[in-house]
Amino acid sequence: MRLEYFQLIDRVVDLNLADRKISAEATVPTESTIFEGHFPGYPLMPGVLLIEAMAQTSGWLVVAANRFARMPFLASVKDAKMRTFVMPGQVLTIESHLAHDGSGFAVMNAKIKRDTKAICDATLTLRVLDFPNPEMAAQMRANATRLGLNLEARADV
Amino acid sequence: MSSTFESIANIIAETCDIPRDSITPESHAINDLGIDSLDFLDIAFAIDKAFGIKLPLEQWTQEVSDGKATTDQYFVLKNLSARIDELVAAKGA
Repeated sequence: MRLEYFQLIDRVVDLNLADRKISAEATVPTESTIFEGHFPGYPLMPGVLLIEAMAQTSGWLVVAANRFARMPFLASVKDAKMRTFVMPGQVLTIESHLAHDGSGFAVMNAKIKRDTKAICDATLTLRVLDFPNPEMAAQMRANATRLGLNLEARADV
Repeated sequence: MSSTFESIANIIAETCDIPRDSITPESHAINDLGIDSLDFLDIAFAIDKAFGIKLPLEQWTQEVSDGKATTDQYFVLKNLSARIDELVAAKGA
């Protein structure tokens, strides 16, 4: 994770388009300016950033399912539950399942675990739109490579 | 009244917290009931699940933007019900 750059996941571990599932991994940094305020003397990963981690993981599944033709944007968060604290240095597994592929939107069931312990979960709705410009599409492809999501090498994408 | 209308009226009432008795077949989802595009995604999700279809929202929106259709054709509830019935029939054909 690079919190200041809003990079909430480190790598995509598994992408299964047939089952409409994705799994990603992220390590909470040991130091961040965010922890200076959240909280002084007791650093905790903010819940809103855990939601963002689930949204980004979900988004990569939608990007892959749309063959990089369209871009997902977070539209709603439902039933978000923060079940336990997340501390600096912890390694998280973020999973998401495409529950419904609608016309211009996707409904995702996402969750974060640490080993087998449930950290948080939520149902996310993503709006799925055309890329606003070619530069953003190119940047997303570069980000995919950084995350190990080598779509060109896959026969199913 | 059609069971399709009853179903979508119940979905709208539950999803958007609108009194069920204020929802009629002549109601326009946007103009009369004040449903915005984000709430309509929840409604579309519920309709898709309930009827086993995929409402072509993007196609409808494009047709309205292009002046090829009016919002009444898709968002007045009796018309929406008819479109859903067509989609269900097409799926079973």
